[in-house]
Amino acid sequence: MDILTKAKKRLSRFLRVFFKKKRARIGIYGPPNAGKTTLANRIVRDWTGDALGPVSEIPHETRRARRREDVTISNGNGDSIVIDIVDTPGVTTKIDYHEFTEYGIEKEEAVKRAREATEGVAEAMHWLREDIDGVIYMLDATLDPFQQVNIMMVGIIESRTLPVVIVANKIDLPDASPARIKSAFPQHPVISISGLEGTNVDELYDKMIEFFG
Amino acid sequence: MIQGVQLDLISEERLARLTSMEKIRLILDEVMAGNIVVLEKGLSPEESSRLIEMTMMEISPDGFSGIEMETYPARAQGGGLLARLFGGGRESPSRLTVIGPANQLKMLRKERDLISAWVSSR
Repeated sequence: MDILTKAKKRLSRFLRVFFKKKRARIGIYGPPNAGKTTLANRIVRDWTGDALGPVSEIPHETRRARRREDVTISNGNGDSIVIDIVDTPGVTTKIDYHEFTEYGIEKEEAVKRAREATEGVAEAMHWLREDIDGVIYMLDATLDPFQQVNIMMVGIIESRTLPVVIVANKIDLPDASPARIKSAFPQHPVISISGLEGTNVDELYDKMIEFFG
Repeated sequence: MIQGVQLDLISEERLARLTSMEKIRLILDEVMAGNIVVLEKGLSPEESSRLIEMTMMEISPDGFSGIEMETYPARAQGGGLLARLFGGGRESPSRLTVIGPANQLKMLRKERDLISAWVSSR
């Protein structure tokens, strides 16, 4: 870490103590099925021993934003941050209840899930506008990062000048291509992980301390 | 009668005369009527955020299922120290944008400088 970064962190800590600033709320954003809840659970489990929410292969399993307060993340150098982790519903521009019936869910339940999912997306957008101080943007590294929702969301995050770390998830899968994500968003740090297996998560923690601290 | 899809190309000048909510309402009304909208200049990030929210409110079972929207990634911004300090360097330019009903507009291929889409009639 260079002298300028160290000075910036010291000043940031001083200002936070001086002005009694609230803990930073870090939102985990991304399209459905990128692995947001898996990562949120891993972070919360690694640092508090708890979990945040259920995971599923069915899209829109997370239909309400969930927050875990006072998560302290530290590294071997003695640096640490205390944050609130907010796991958010996957952001999309379209939701059709047939997405759920394809997984064997009955129509009535699928319609209910679709309605909750639409409310969840609107809620996630509202959190981003009002209550989020930094973003972990999750992408499935096996998919095309140029999907419109990613371009829109990264644009929205940049316009709010929020610090963002992009996570290329699912690197345990053979089709994963974190390099494609790095080339799509060269202006932001990209960390490659497997949230499921825990691969490289320590590098993400280091980056979170550096960026959100 | 010839079957087809209505395509509305909206100029930058016309968009500039509209407020954010008017733009979003115009887009959603057109798209919910089954039309494809092409904006000469795309939406700001704030407008995109509101458009996602309002789209979610309009979705209904067996009716409107949302929008498909395509635009190019923002061009890399230069901007010196002063521009960054005052926020000017972070403003992403909005570019040509195509928006349509999710069940009629499908993206075929997308690169930094090419969007290839397929449109079906209802």
